[in-house]
Amino acid sequence: MKIVVCMKQVPDTTEIRLDPVTGTLIRDGVPSIMNPDDKAALEEALVLKDKYGAHITAITMGPPQADAILREAFAMGADRGILLTDRKFAGSDTLATSTALAAAIKGLEYDIIIAGRQAIDGDTAQVGPQIAEHLDLPQVSYVKELEFGKDNVLKIKRAIEDGYYLVEVKAPCLLTVLSEANKPRYMHIRGIVEAFDKEVEIWTVDNITVDETKLGLDGSPTKVKKSFTKGAKQAGKVHEVEPKVAADIIVDKLKEMFII
Amino acid sequence: MNIKDYKGILVFAEQRECKIQNVALELIGKARELAEPLNVEVSALLLGDNIGGLAKDLIAYGADKVIVADDKKLGIYDTEAYAQIFTKVINEKKPEIVLMGATTLGRDLAPRVSSRLGTGLTADCTKLDIGEDMGLLMTRPAFGGNLMATIMCPNHRPQMSTVRPGVMPKNEKDEARKGDIEKLAVSLDEAKMKVKVLDIVKEAANKIDITEANILVSGGRGMGGPENFNLLEGLAGEIDAVVSSSRAAVDSGWMPHDRQVGQTGKTVRPNVYFACGISGAIQHVAGMEESEFIIAINKDKGAAIFNNADLGIVGDLFKVIPLVTEKIKKIKADKSA
Repeated sequence: MKIVVCMKQVPDTTEIRLDPVTGTLIRDGVPSIMNPDDKAALEEALVLKDKYGAHITAITMGPPQADAILREAFAMGADRGILLTDRKFAGSDTLATSTALAAAIKGLEYDIIIAGRQAIDGDTAQVGPQIAEHLDLPQVSYVKELEFGKDNVLKIKRAIEDGYYLVEVKAPCLLTVLSEANKPRYMHIRGIVEAFDKEVEIWTVDNITVDETKLGLDGSPTKVKKSFTKGAKQAGKVHEVEPKVAADIIVDKLKEMFII
Repeated sequence: MNIKDYKGILVFAEQRECKIQNVALELIGKARELAEPLNVEVSALLLGDNIGGLAKDLIAYGADKVIVADDKKLGIYDTEAYAQIFTKVINEKKPEIVLMGATTLGRDLAPRVSSRLGTGLTADCTKLDIGEDMGLLMTRPAFGGNLMATIMCPNHRPQMSTVRPGVMPKNEKDEARKGDIEKLAVSLDEAKMKVKVLDIVKEAANKIDITEANILVSGGRGMGGPENFNLLEGLAGEIDAVVSSSRAAVDSGWMPHDRQVGQTGKTVRPNVYFACGISGAIQHVAGMEESEFIIAINKDKGAAIFNNADLGIVGDLFKVIPLVTEKIKKIKADKSA
């Protein structure tokens, strides 16, 4: 069985702070990590490898330093790592990203493509399904449990708001996995050593067949018009008021935060 | 693509088990508002099995036109089947804006459709506006909610967006409203429908893990006794929150240990943390100070918790909390009326 795992290097958003004075994001010192849902995707692939034997290719698109998550993938048990990196990919939105990744995956053999459901920096959950569309593959998103059976048929629990769909799909297919699906293994010591002997393959736009007008900032239909923080965190205001007024203050705040 | 060929707003009217999802009605309400400056029609697309009767409800909530695809093959959501029909409708009707709920189904379908059309898609928006150039301004949180971004789709149509449920206001239902209902002849390329749904399983709410909760309502020594935690449960029930507590309440046997926040309990980082009758000992603060927004209610003005709170209320929680709960109930009742 051949499995391709799509992953992204992301800033650990739980470590991001707002500058209390300027209200801007402090990105310095924020560690870069393998996106948690993607790590769960890799773990699902590794479980299949443990059980049935599989060749796992981890692929990521990003800047040269994204090579770090592929080495981590090696250390966890991936067999091959491909870093898709080129200035021409810079500024890609989800559609342009999926176009590049799908073009790269076309150059690989696969039975199953597994991606994380969404990345913690963008939270879009779009790139997986978009890749499936480019490759004309069936997709199952929000996967929380999967079983591989006879004749390459996968039985999958696909989460919905109040339960799950139990579905069946035959490989080839693309899955997007929730981090709650599993507990990813740690890198093993031998793996860590080997990870630095193994070679991450660097692919540029020259390694894939793609319409270059659909890549990068220019190839992206969506554009960020502006981004802004919700403002500097003010020193908390303390109100000493009648209970009714206090309740109003709290409810107004909850409304503002879209909780009610 | 000639952008000028695209006119009007299309809302995906998601239904499950023949029940229109609230978010679809919210989107119709929002679409009406966006249609104003654009001077265009609001259409809704309704897919399902035996759902024709729902069309008039969509009109009552503000749709000018409802396109209905009623077929037994559409009874249970299927990515490919829905994508085929959705794409066909968009290609024929050429709406400039397409809105869908950011549900687990909407977020599965939307990227598939936008990719098939080669247009842009913005996920999980919390704000939509029409810009000066009559383009759609789609605002959404990113970086774990630390950053807001306003996205546009200037040169492609339709401009597509999934929208977070519960954010947009829905209109009052107006049974007298008139609109058109258009029935669609359903034809599907079934060879491409490769995912088979075997079963749909409903699950009770998962077992409680306070570290997973988006909102925590936490009580401390000031709760006075275990029976008073009902007050917090009442509030929590209205805002999908989970009740947690300080060490003092656990040590007193009022709450189980798995609900304890703090150094010797769990470290939490919810979007909103209510500290009710919690003094704010360092050991407690260590477990919750990274919460996105902290609301403290304490009758002691000098309580240390106010140093960590984003919003502090000096007052009697036994009066304030029930008022908050009541107010939220009323707002929700008004919304769904």
